[in-house]
Amino acid sequence: MEFGFTFSNTLAAILTIGIISFLWRDNPLYKLCEALFVGVSAGYWFVSLYYQNLLPQLFDKLGLTLIITPHADVKEGALQVLFKQGRFDERILYIFAGILGIMMLMRLFPNLGWVSRWPLAFIVGTTSGLYFTTYFQSNAMAQLKSTIIPLNSINNIVIVVGTVCGLIYFYFSKEHKGVLGGAAKVGTWFLMVTFGASFGYTVMSRMSLLIGRIDFIFSTWLGLVK
Amino acid sequence: MRREIPLIITGVVGFTYIIQFFIPHWPFNIMEHMLTDWMLIIFAFAIWLGVLNLMKVSLDRISKRTKDWPYALVTILGFLFIVIAGFFFSGGRRFLDPGTPFDYIYQFIYTPLSATMFAMLAFYVASASYRAFRARTKEATLLLLAAFFVMLGRVPVGDAMTSFLPESVRLSKFADWIMNYPQTAGQRAIMIGIALGIVSTSLRLILGIERSHLGSD
Amino acid sequence: MNDLIWVAIKFMFEKLLRIDRRIIFLFVLIALIVPLFLNISQHIAISPEVRDIYDSLRKLQPGSRVLLAFDYDPPSAPELQPMAVAVMKYCFKHNLKVIIMGLWPQGPLQANLAIESIKRDKEFKDNPPIYDKDYVNLGYMTGNELVIQGMGTDIQRTFPRDYLGNPTSSLSVMKGITNFSNIDFIFNLSAGYPGTVEWVLFAVDRFHAKLSAGNTAVQAPQVYPYVHSGQLSGLAGGLKGAAELEKLLGFYGKGTKFMLSQSFAHIVVIFFIIVGNVAYFATRGKKKK
Repeated sequence: MEFGFTFSNTLAAILTIGIISFLWRDNPLYKLCEALFVGVSAGYWFVSLYYQNLLPQLFDKLGLTLIITPHADVKEGALQVLFKQGRFDERILYIFAGILGIMMLMRLFPNLGWVSRWPLAFIVGTTSGLYFTTYFQSNAMAQLKSTIIPLNSINNIVIVVGTVCGLIYFYFSKEHKGVLGGAAKVGTWFLMVTFGASFGYTVMSRMSLLIGRIDFIFSTWLGLVK
Repeated sequence: MRREIPLIITGVVGFTYIIQFFIPHWPFNIMEHMLTDWMLIIFAFAIWLGVLNLMKVSLDRISKRTKDWPYALVTILGFLFIVIAGFFFSGGRRFLDPGTPFDYIYQFIYTPLSATMFAMLAFYVASASYRAFRARTKEATLLLLAAFFVMLGRVPVGDAMTSFLPESVRLSKFADWIMNYPQTAGQRAIMIGIALGIVSTSLRLILGIERSHLGSD
Repeated sequence: MNDLIWVAIKFMFEKLLRIDRRIIFLFVLIALIVPLFLNISQHIAISPEVRDIYDSLRKLQPGSRVLLAFDYDPPSAPELQPMAVAVMKYCFKHNLKVIIMGLWPQGPLQANLAIESIKRDKEFKDNPPIYDKDYVNLGYMTGNELVIQGMGTDIQRTFPRDYLGNPTSSLSVMKGITNFSNIDFIFNLSAGYPGTVEWVLFAVDRFHAKLSAGNTAVQAPQVYPYVHSGQLSGLAGGLKGAAELEKLLGFYGKGTKFMLSQSFAHIVVIFFIIVGNVAYFATRGKKKK
């Protein structure tokens, strides 16, 4: 990391001020910075995914890395094992993952977009299967278990009453009248406290982000703050 | 068959993960390992799809000379700049090493742009709070009061304001109590409700009752 | 006379309600800039959930393996980077081996920035952390919760190479590590999805890992139920959480430095909300009459 009035810090400061200039009004410098941000972000993801995901998980395991760059410092892949040693290597199955990945890219072509339904189906199936069990175990059962606590203190009573009444509020199959209506009303109060606390924390978070940028301008770039 | 095969894939994959949760032994554990590894690769291609689609849309805007097309050119140039730096000038797999051109672009172009973009929200949250946050009802007043206590309690100035009180009842302790008890209760109710919704939606997707992810024919 | 005063007050409040938002922006900017130049120390009260993180770290013996999951990007760095630096300094000082990885592509780079800042620190200048002796960086892997699921079975299969391209099996810090059962403690720094929720769902509830977390203030409230249920062994939320962690671990940094600006900012926001409401009710009350 650099400190002081260097070219790099000045470049970063100009980009920072360019984005902040939108607060005065929309202007070409802001639009330039915004467009640059979109392009650089996309490129960042593109390069990161290639080197950190596709290369070690797909190309190395299949042996495509050695085919493209024969002197690369990688072990033999499934294709090398199959063609040089003549035996089956289970890593050859990754070819199906590669095919599904390429099918996903077919979405770029209007006539071939339907081909991407197969890999999408994989993704939807995977996340559905995973979430079905994990959300039930962690976010439903574990949370309900932690709500079944002795009512021997104000804090425990607050937790139990708040959780039960909050759940009752979200039960819309019956009209909120009588006892149910009263419980839903209490649930509303607890939810208002929840949202108020969330708002307070949101303000805290947003201000922290801005403090970071202001610190960069005044401390790292201009050196006015030690 | 354009819709039937994806539905079968969704069902088979979904059931594999559910069964593997309860029977983590052969053959389900092998199937789960394989599917998980495949997913890591498919996810990467899915994100690449998003990136390439962005480039396609930008090229479209340039070729049709739509409004603000020069900015689409800036987007593409920014993309090419970091991609070329990352692939050809940053030492291959060592592209994240401190000091490489890729790392430089991350520190002095990507970081200020992304950080400032989100930092702007601080201004908007203050402006929106001033204009829209009104204690019109009892519930809104409760929300506002909870926000005030938490905002003051989570900074040292809250304790400074209540320094005349014993330490156990100062504003920071009250804010901690709000977060750990009534706020937790409300969040837990929301969490359980969402979890039950996710479980039912997941089941509908696996059983093929919900087909919106396949799009239209 | 009273009517005249009331008309004047109502006029002033109506003007206030229509104030240009750029004036509000200016107030916010001044509230954040001025405290940076002031040298006022503040008392940082410690909350029980942050103390739990400290207690969890203190129980670790020298040589223990700590997994640091960097699941955030530059916008969240002001809140989470101070936590990362404080925890890593503690690990290096107490000979805890650090394994870095990220579910966000920017995460491992943020980890590198944290380590570079530690190497510049006068306490670590003579004895800086050494790669593959004190820490390793496995880099980023896409797949969100599937990465955690994969790590629960086989970390080296999920991360075949580190961020420099070295085979994970060749790293000395990774010797003997197969999955979470070989990791003594996980500290997750999270700014959203994928993040702490996914780590709890998969690493804790599925593979019984011990996990603490540092979250941005936006996410922290949603994660409190996990602290109460014991699924999470401690939580540091937002910049205040960072300041508390710095105080407990004994490494003061930006978390503590920024708290004065944070205090001023909160006071400004509360002031504006109160003024907005007073102006609204003052002008509304007259209309009703």
